[in-house]
Amino acid sequence: MYKESDIRLPLILGDKSYKDITDDIIRPIEAKPPKTWYILLMISIVIALWGIGCIVYLLGTGVGSWGLNKTVGWAWDITNFVWWVGIGHAGTLISAVLLLFRQKWRFAINRAAEAMTIFAVFMAGLFPLIHMGRLWLGYWVFPLPNQFGSLWVNFNSPLLWDVFAISTYLSVSLVFWYIGLIPDFATIRDRVTKPIYKKVYRVLSFGWTGDAKAWNRFEQVSLVLAGLATPLVFSVHSIVSFDFATSVIPGWHTTIFPPYFVSGAVFSGFAMVQTLMLILRKAYKLEAYLHVKHVEYMNIVIIVTGSIVGVAYITELFVSWYSGVEYESYAFLNRATGPYWWSYWAMMTCNVISPQLFWFKKLRTSLMFSFFMSIIINIGMWFERFVIIVTSLHRDYVPSSWTYFHPTWVDIGVYMGTIGIFFVFYLLFSRYFPVLPIAELKTILKSSGKNYKEGYGKGKGYWDKHSAH
Amino acid sequence: MADKVIFAMYDDDDKLMDGAKHLVANDVKVSDVYSPMPLHGIDSIIGIEPTRLAITAFMYGITGVMLGIIGIRYMMIVDWPMNIGGKPNFSLKENMLSFVPIFFEFTVLCAAHGMAITYLIRNKTLPGMPPRNPDPRTTDDKFVMEIKTSENTHIKESVLSKLIKDTGFLEIEEKSIL
Repeated sequence: MYKESDIRLPLILGDKSYKDITDDIIRPIEAKPPKTWYILLMISIVIALWGIGCIVYLLGTGVGSWGLNKTVGWAWDITNFVWWVGIGHAGTLISAVLLLFRQKWRFAINRAAEAMTIFAVFMAGLFPLIHMGRLWLGYWVFPLPNQFGSLWVNFNSPLLWDVFAISTYLSVSLVFWYIGLIPDFATIRDRVTKPIYKKVYRVLSFGWTGDAKAWNRFEQVSLVLAGLATPLVFSVHSIVSFDFATSVIPGWHTTIFPPYFVSGAVFSGFAMVQTLMLILRKAYKLEAYLHVKHVEYMNIVIIVTGSIVGVAYITELFVSWYSGVEYESYAFLNRATGPYWWSYWAMMTCNVISPQLFWFKKLRTSLMFSFFMSIIINIGMWFERFVIIVTSLHRDYVPSSWTYFHPTWVDIGVYMGTIGIFFVFYLLFSRYFPVLPIAELKTILKSSGKNYKEGYGKGKGYWDKHSAH
Repeated sequence: MADKVIFAMYDDDDKLMDGAKHLVANDVKVSDVYSPMPLHGIDSIIGIEPTRLAITAFMYGITGVMLGIIGIRYMMIVDWPMNIGGKPNFSLKENMLSFVPIFFEFTVLCAAHGMAITYLIRNKTLPGMPPRNPDPRTTDDKFVMEIKTSENTHIKESVLSKLIKDTGFLEIEEKSIL
């Protein structure tokens, strides 16, 4: 039996039993959702519809309705793409990397973070597709036999690597998420009384039985999928960074990009997890399962990755000067002092300076402050991508083609729309799916439950009886 | 003698583990255990072989990398060699480095999906399959041990029920299999 040190704070607070865990997590599914849920869903649907309208308008009119021009060929579209992919990195990172490191606090956040990953990657995938202009020909990115003398896609191109990376990441994350969900759907199936719910969850649970061999396989599959997903997470954002790093644009053409993008992705992903989980925790009364300790662990990840990002920014600056390449030096000088200085300094403040406040224990254990910071980081990371993309492009080699990028209402509408679509998915998920992994939380109850650790209530005398293990 | 299945239900995983150890020590064959969460160590107690799913993942991964190499070689080198940026596709070896990312992604794709599909089929968990757990509470907070009399013919029935009684179960249910 795994025994956790007494000094470690318990991960599950209160006097919980196995039954309580099931009840606490399934209750929101069985109960009528609160009014705020309907209000939030309505707002999200309105924003999503507006976004879909903008996309339809964009497809009908052409990419020219975006604010792009001859010099700035990539702007909000690719900024949003990278932003969403970055957010989509936390879920699989939490469930895969933290599984390999046996971090048991992941159970408080992994399910919802994986859901976030999947929805975020959906949103990310939308941008390159609509950017291609002809959405209905989107499948041309795949190497399919065709009537053009079998002209194939270019396997040397990082853009094609991205197609493979993102689609592999999306489908593997989906499988990983669903395999974890099956036993929990079975718990819901065996519990709900409404006939329609019973039928639906019966289908969703795939007839899960929970016999010893099935659990044995479950653990093996989770472990191997985690082992496969870990390099996958790193590869996906490295490849996203190759989209820029393999080009010849000053400001993009840097070898530091892959690690810098990966840590930036983890940084922004954790921030988004914080934003969503702190709301979910309050709304669903999950305070016993997700409390200050979990938030503190997440904030520590945020300090580490935020500092890596900070070091990367400063290294980039240093190298642009040290390289002696005029174009490179100018690109960075222009970022900080040119017409887009405000976005550069917004990025620096949000991503480099503000996460350092988490060194104060008082701040990193404050839920309100963490929530506030998570929003700041989400904004900062959007600006990071904007700075990288737009400020590197807007002053071309020839000063006569220098321009300034202004987003149009379509740019803004599509971006807002994806946030709306994301929240529609997320709200539906939080209503009908178990937001915490029920089965996995039960495995840590006896080692990390407060009542078992301190020997009162339902866990009374547990360690006395089982000290022989 | 009709074959019977005995389902002994426990309200605690440690009780079930201790019970299973007690039964196995007395030469009883426990055929299965149903639980709401993975019970670490139960497989070795009741003699369940370790799963070979990881090996299948490896095999699917090898298949993936092979398919990737064959596919890209055909498309980029054999069928339509392109000259991109002055870097022509003459041989697989010289272009290998820029193909590595997709080899890797395709390997992961095949390994992960192959293993997941094998897992679902081996567990008999597919959309629309009927649940086969003996009691709906085994997905909540109860733990059930399954003992088949046909696998324990070497033990007298009275001795068997005495041994099971010793484990301190919560409820017991017997079902005849015809």
